[in-house]
Amino acid sequence: MELLAFGDTGWGDELFRATLMTIAVSIIAMIIGFLFALIFTPLKLSKNKFLNFIANSYTTIIRGVPELLVIYLFFFGGTGAVMFVASIFGYNEYIEINAFITGAFAIGIISGAYSTEVFRGAIQSIDKGQFEAANVLGLNKFGKFFKIILPQTLRLAIPNLSNVWQITLKDTSLISVTGLVEIMRQSYIAAGSTRDPLFFYSFAAVLYLLLTFVSMKLINRLEVKFSRGY
Amino acid sequence: MDLELMINSFPKLLNAAVITLKLLSVSLIIGLFIGLFFAILRLNKNIFINRFAYGYSYVFRGTPLLVQIFIIYFGLGQIEYLRSTVLWVILKEPYWCAIIAFALNTGAYTSEILRSAFQTIKPGIIEAGKSLGISNKVIFYKIQIPIAIRQSLPAYGNEIILMMKGTSLASTVTIMDLTGVAKYIISTTFKPIEVFIVAGAIYLFMTFIIHNVIKFLEKKYSFN
Repeated sequence: MELLAFGDTGWGDELFRATLMTIAVSIIAMIIGFLFALIFTPLKLSKNKFLNFIANSYTTIIRGVPELLVIYLFFFGGTGAVMFVASIFGYNEYIEINAFITGAFAIGIISGAYSTEVFRGAIQSIDKGQFEAANVLGLNKFGKFFKIILPQTLRLAIPNLSNVWQITLKDTSLISVTGLVEIMRQSYIAAGSTRDPLFFYSFAAVLYLLLTFVSMKLINRLEVKFSRGY
Repeated sequence: MDLELMINSFPKLLNAAVITLKLLSVSLIIGLFIGLFFAILRLNKNIFINRFAYGYSYVFRGTPLLVQIFIIYFGLGQIEYLRSTVLWVILKEPYWCAIIAFALNTGAYTSEILRSAFQTIKPGIIEAGKSLGISNKVIFYKIQIPIAIRQSLPAYGNEIILMMKGTSLASTVTIMDLTGVAKYIISTTFKPIEVFIVAGAIYLFMTFIIHNVIKFLEKKYSFN
């Protein structure tokens, strides 16, 4: 237990901060994923073959390639890409991108591919009559989407989005390879300096279990909220 | 775009893909037995056995695979007692540590898939077996298990693909699988995009093959 003390003697406060970091990266990645889903879901549902192809390539490639490889691409390629863009604007100094941003972005793109599939499935399973009824009521495009389609999509999507959240949360452990100090990285540091890997990695496992458990409880509440009226 | 690097790295990555496939197939086979074992425990009416099986699948599904590998590879070696047993021959090898972690992980998911498949078997089928005078054991092995396996094929196909992606984590414990070699080439050439395209294409090709094999099996063993 001394190992977990707060302050200079133990690793409690470091691990606590690392847990907050994991939560922060997961939430930001999830939001980035939603933004991607917002772009790619309409493309998937579009009747245009070309747009379809783009969206399908995105989801197929991301879901078929290991997360770790995607992270390496961003970790090693991110700096190069940003420097290339900067060089177009005449800036030639070395730019280092923050591990948090690269990590959140890499996980966000992965999470976005899963979210896209979830939203596509949810929208497709909404009864056609709902769209027709909205048209008959004379709602404009925005009214139709925000008042009729979105609430129903959310209700159907939440159980699957909770899976996406779990995947995203667990995927953040992979960002530790880029040096971002989240739960895994902090445990690695602590294990290295105390030579007690069994304890620290098991504790990391407990932290992840706690996070998944608490988030499941919260999501269940959301589910109840969005299915009121059913 | 450095085409030469892509062409040169292709055979190296292809060789590494063989290691990925080995890791995948060995852990899937062991995982399938673990999964079947725990799925049967989940169906047991004894609450302790039931809870134990549930706890196993909950822990392994609720924690990242990376933690599981690290506990087994770095953590277990710390226990002095283990170092003196025969088990140490296996546990000191990163290759077997990775396989143990993968097998336990996929076993947890597989047990959930099989459990729900067992539960969706219509009672009428079992009753039909009983009324024909077939013993419970034979009903279980000859009727329930084959039906459950057929039912779980689509979900198990997804699990195989997830596991294939999971094997990339073996590279974190010094195994030169497809991702490990890709990372090595990236870090020596600093050409991440080219390497990603080649390695990604190999992964996608394997995904494609697995997907189609499962589809074929689904068709072959469909009920209609």
